[in-house]
Amino acid sequence: MISEKALNAILMSLLFCVPLWAWVSDEPFTITLATRAVIFALAAVGLNVALGLGGLVSLGHAVFFGIGGYAMGILAFHAQTYSPLMEWPFTISGTKLMPVIWLMAILFSGAAAFIIGLLSLRTTGVYFIMITLAFGQMFFFFAISWPAYGGEDGLSIYIRNSFPGMNTLDPIQFFGICFAILSLVLWLNVRLVKSPFGLALNAARQSSERVEAVGLDPFRLRLIALVISGMICGLAGALFADLNRFVSPTMFSWQMSGELIVFIVLGGLGRTFGPVAGATLFVVLEHALGGIGEYFLFFLGLLLLVVVLFARGGLYGIITGRADR
Amino acid sequence: MSLLSISGLVASYGKSQALFGVDLTIEAGQVVALMGRNGMGKTTTVRAICRMIGSKGSMVFAGTDIRRLASHQVARLGIGLVPEGRRAFRDLTVRENLIAVSRPGHWDIDKVVALFPRLSERADQLAGSLSGGEQQMLVIGRALVTNPRLLILDEATEGLAPNIRREIWVTVEQLKRESGLSILVIDKSLSELRAVCDRATILERGRSIWSGAMGDLDSEVSHRHLGV
Repeated sequence: MISEKALNAILMSLLFCVPLWAWVSDEPFTITLATRAVIFALAAVGLNVALGLGGLVSLGHAVFFGIGGYAMGILAFHAQTYSPLMEWPFTISGTKLMPVIWLMAILFSGAAAFIIGLLSLRTTGVYFIMITLAFGQMFFFFAISWPAYGGEDGLSIYIRNSFPGMNTLDPIQFFGICFAILSLVLWLNVRLVKSPFGLALNAARQSSERVEAVGLDPFRLRLIALVISGMICGLAGALFADLNRFVSPTMFSWQMSGELIVFIVLGGLGRTFGPVAGATLFVVLEHALGGIGEYFLFFLGLLLLVVVLFARGGLYGIITGRADR
Repeated sequence: MSLLSISGLVASYGKSQALFGVDLTIEAGQVVALMGRNGMGKTTTVRAICRMIGSKGSMVFAGTDIRRLASHQVARLGIGLVPEGRRAFRDLTVRENLIAVSRPGHWDIDKVVALFPRLSERADQLAGSLSGGEQQMLVIGRALVTNPRLLILDEATEGLAPNIRREIWVTVEQLKRESGLSILVIDKSLSELRAVCDRATILERGRSIWSGAMGDLDSEVSHRHLGV
């Protein structure tokens, strides 16, 4: 049995060194696979703020992932067609600059999380799950029926967006950007968990009533958590769209929301690095089992069943020997 | 003006009415005992004050009508509750329990730890792993770091070993003497309440039927209404 900290270090160095090895031995596909894992991990870390820390089981986080994706898609689409995004009351043109796209993705997914939170956080338990799912479906069908940006077919972006001083088309450099963002967000997440806000949110998960009795408003704590959570998912969505150079309504699908929950459960609920382990395992399995054929999801389902029934702490629980925290 | 004044408080759980008219007044700096046998409405009165259940009747705290406020707003105004049954946040450490709720004022984490030296040895231990007495001290400390003007102790010594009970009573006396905090105490032990409380209110079947100075609570009253 090894400690949680050691496992975190091993996980992050593996995630960093494998693509590096792939770069040296000229295997760009492995780098792309690792980038995919890192981006999924980022989205799951985002969901984990709401789910792991706040106890909010949201089945609608694909909304924020999708908004991030479409923020990238729409801005890049207007940039590549040289058409303005809007002309009145002032002209806004598209952009291919990643930092601007990220900022927009974060802003819009945060705003969506705020509005969705205002309405959905009045409910708890199963009702919260259903209302977040309902919002997810609303965005999904809206994206499908919005012809301006590809509707059901989605949007293709021909050239990956740019980051000052880097060649983003080089897989290893794009991986570097994504890995740096994931590391930064994880670091912020560690700080958040130990901050008074994070502790109060954790306390609110344990008992709403007791938190109120000491003068904290659980609704407000959860709303802020949901907004932070949505912002991280939005950023991940923008990166995911850039990885594929393609955006489609699938990013809004409820299966996407479900996958994010699966990452967290696989890795270990309530642990900062759990979602990273879960997302990485998922991508590896998706790739390894994908060879079997269409049935790979069946085996993935079996694995999830085993984890939930016999290893409730997920990967982290199995390896560190501590079922829960 | 009184710190807290309640009159004609009425409350029910669904269809079963628990309070039929409670009057209670607490002056600044006073320690008041809320007494009565089991099921007479002591905890319900506290829950109504903290706005955890709906109620009718007037409730004014520090000049503010608190009848329409949310639970957390009442707490922010300065009512610190130590709920029945030692309810620490089990998945947080001792220190984290205090950090999570602390608000600026006289009481900070160091002062609480100085008040309960046992907690300093356990600062980084999960609250769920503490003994009952230590958890009770933590929950009192948790209420103190919110810097309340009125501290409510609901059965704070229930089910604790005699030496721990004594420690908690000593702390209550110390709080009264040194900080001038107003305290509302619910407890079963009349002799210990006599030692610390200035005034008392007795509840019977959801009504306040006796209020007065602790010294005026003679054996006839206590025998009739408290059974001791």
